[in-house]
Amino acid sequence: MYDLIVIGAGPAGLAAAITAAKNGLKKILIAERDREAGGILNQCIHNGFGLHYFKEELTGPEYASRFIRMLADLNIELMLNAMVLEITPERHVHVINRDVGYKVLEAKSIVLAMGCRERTRGAIAIPGSRPAGVLTAGAAQRYVNMEGYMVGRRVLVLGSGDIGLIMARRLTLEGAEVLACLEIMPYSSGLMRNVVQCLDDYDIPLLLSHTIVEIRGDKRVEEAVVARVDQNLKPIAGTEMTFTCDTILLSVGLIPENELTDKAGIEIDPRTKGAIVRENMETSCHGIFACGNVVHVHDLVDFVTEESEIAGRGAAEFVLNEKSETADEMTLLCGDGVSYVVPQIVRRERVAKTQTVYFRVNRLFDKSRVVIRSGENEIAAFKRPYMAPGEMEHVKIPKALLDKAEGAIVISVEEDVS
Amino acid sequence: MQKIRDVIIIGCGVVGAATAYALARYDVDVLILEKENDVSSGTSKANSAILHAGYDPRPGSLMATLNVAGSRLSKTICHDLNVPYINCGSLVLAFSDADLITLESLLERGRQNGVEGLEILPPERLFELEPKLSRHVKGALLARTAAIVNPWEFTLAMAENAVENGTTLRLNEKVTAIRKVTDGYEVETNQDVHRARFVINAAGAHADTIHNMIAPPAFRIIPDKGEYYVLDKSEGTRVRHIIFQCPTPLGKGTLVAPTTDGNLIVGPNNELTEKKEDTVTSARGLVEVKERAFKSVPSIDFSQNVRNFSGVRAATEIDDFIIGEADGSPGFFDLAGIKSPGLTAAAAIGEMAVTLLAGRGLALTPRVNLVTKRNKIRFNRMSVEEKKTLISANPDYGQIVCRCESVTLGEVKAALHSPIPAVSVEGVKRRCHAGSGRCQGGFCGPRVVEIIAAEHGISPLDVPLDRAGSTILIGRTKGGDA
Repeated sequence: MYDLIVIGAGPAGLAAAITAAKNGLKKILIAERDREAGGILNQCIHNGFGLHYFKEELTGPEYASRFIRMLADLNIELMLNAMVLEITPERHVHVINRDVGYKVLEAKSIVLAMGCRERTRGAIAIPGSRPAGVLTAGAAQRYVNMEGYMVGRRVLVLGSGDIGLIMARRLTLEGAEVLACLEIMPYSSGLMRNVVQCLDDYDIPLLLSHTIVEIRGDKRVEEAVVARVDQNLKPIAGTEMTFTCDTILLSVGLIPENELTDKAGIEIDPRTKGAIVRENMETSCHGIFACGNVVHVHDLVDFVTEESEIAGRGAAEFVLNEKSETADEMTLLCGDGVSYVVPQIVRRERVAKTQTVYFRVNRLFDKSRVVIRSGENEIAAFKRPYMAPGEMEHVKIPKALLDKAEGAIVISVEEDVS
Repeated sequence: MQKIRDVIIIGCGVVGAATAYALARYDVDVLILEKENDVSSGTSKANSAILHAGYDPRPGSLMATLNVAGSRLSKTICHDLNVPYINCGSLVLAFSDADLITLESLLERGRQNGVEGLEILPPERLFELEPKLSRHVKGALLARTAAIVNPWEFTLAMAENAVENGTTLRLNEKVTAIRKVTDGYEVETNQDVHRARFVINAAGAHADTIHNMIAPPAFRIIPDKGEYYVLDKSEGTRVRHIIFQCPTPLGKGTLVAPTTDGNLIVGPNNELTEKKEDTVTSARGLVEVKERAFKSVPSIDFSQNVRNFSGVRAATEIDDFIIGEADGSPGFFDLAGIKSPGLTAAAAIGEMAVTLLAGRGLALTPRVNLVTKRNKIRFNRMSVEEKKTLISANPDYGQIVCRCESVTLGEVKAALHSPIPAVSVEGVKRRCHAGSGRCQGGFCGPRVVEIIAAEHGISPLDVPLDRAGSTILIGRTKGGDA
């Protein structure tokens, strides 16, 4: 019987396991499906990781290695090439690996840290032919950074997600010509700093409110027809232009990978597409926690680490000192301007001093206020100079203010006209 | 001089494969010529994946006879060759009084065609069977014998069995000329010259081109394109039956159906096209399919789309299959114009071809040591105990390559060393489903390329996505070969 089984050895799983060990758990296993720990960080060879958490700028592999190095000292067991096929509410973990075979392991607690996957061409139903040369930005990143292969010479990037922006720069450095980055929304869906450092610095145009309406090419991509879209995101006839290119990279969104979560009957939030979590990252299933991109898609790994430490502490506390179930579950709801909030449920007696609430806005906001309301009462407000959907936001709500609330809490954004 | 074969089959789609399968029951020397790098590369991989019951074709037509016979035969073949097949039944929906009259005539036609298990259901019974149907439906024809099948695996399984029973398959060989010679035909390809006593034209959308190489033009293939959506497994139980609308002169309309892999398939529309290999999808076509499908099942969640595709029906001016000896060319047989219900009829067409060949003097001595079964390991369909046994026997089955579909390294390797080995990423996908799930190979694609390269002893740079030459990678990165 394990104290804790963590599913996934990316940044979320690593931080959760390490924190749980530091908080007293002894027998911890991380099951990782890939050949090495570190998750997607291993292919993120650019820098910019760790500015918040380590106060220094690291590459992805460097960031991951700081955690991986700690595993041995903390006696955390790492099983690589291990695929978890099923988890049950009784905390049985079905895992396979070529050396150990098919095992059903029992755990006192579980942390789900499976990360997310990229949306594909199918998800956005781009019409046209289906030649080679259309791939997700993450797959291209793996080929280029880990396998050492180039994926194209004349490249169009569809979507301005962060991996797409990073790959626009990466392929340029490898000698490819990146013709443009197209974004169907009127704003970038990636971080502003990536737009500046990966597109602007390399003179790659970002065409907002544009999308690909047809892919052409027999064996390999030959052309992409691009059009401007209207306010309803529908292509405007007559605005078509044709790009000659051999490659189309897709960076059109990330989706938490919750097939295991779903099969275990854990409640999923349709807004985040991740598990509904409480203040300590516990899911609807007692003793099963979740953290990182499997809960909601983060912009910076630093916040994944922070959140996963909460999950690790939660798991340790659950195993060592299980508190009785309480009825006082306060719900956090999305108000105007907010597309999701995490956590969705807070048990106030478990909040120490403040509760951090992560959220994303659903449109651009200039000077504005993040307002926390309970019924008619405004219990807190936080000023923001600028907010964009591409950047994850958070507020820290003092426990004293939470205690004043009655019923659900609504988080919304208001333009600050003052 | 080439040896003289008994039969050359041109094309290894479902009709060519079914013919080869039927011939392989006998001690006959058969060569299949396929222009692509894999079997089932045309219409046979891009269709509705339905085995029709047979109430639709005009009684007395070849289509009617071969549909009903093929529906039964296919069931047996799928069982013998371990091909995913689900006898889920179909429903034709009526939305108006005129449609209800159409149902009656379909029912009558079905009875004449010898289709068993037909029944017209009133709305209350229908909604019990299929609660997600539109409430505008006034009734439906239930056809209990209709089934779904994995069409490319069906084709592949028959072709593999033929190969295991001594048939020669030559891929990447495109027929360029056919000449009549003493005692048979000489068939020239881009690679070689072959000879046989008999030729079977199973060239699908190109059947007219092949026919015209040896005989006066007798028919013209009019490519008729249909576009589709394949939705995620989360939508796979939206309906339990194949849901049709009343047929129109253009075809059987847009259907909504589960697939044997647990997805939902939605399509097709009808668009006449100039090109025989026009498998391009269009914004207009996809919208059309969506709107028509909503008429039957309003709640389909198209945000769960994983892939679109389109296929070309090999239609002709003639409202029937064209099966028979070409004019003035004894021993050259066309199996042409095989539009819907071609997938269903294929197995019966194959048997009919054998009869035609026998009629021209092909001796049919039963093959000794005939291979009749096909082993196929599908890890994700096994019980826990079966999985345990499998992994301990071969650890490659304990290593997952495709996480969405739980496809193991063992299955990918099997696909690369099967009787007709996969040579492309899509070829692997067609054989073991790696990359067919919701991430569409985003994670496993690079792994599959690496495994293909290693197993076939080639560079990853030479691994195609699908057809020959459709390579994914264009070179090494700077210092990538260090």
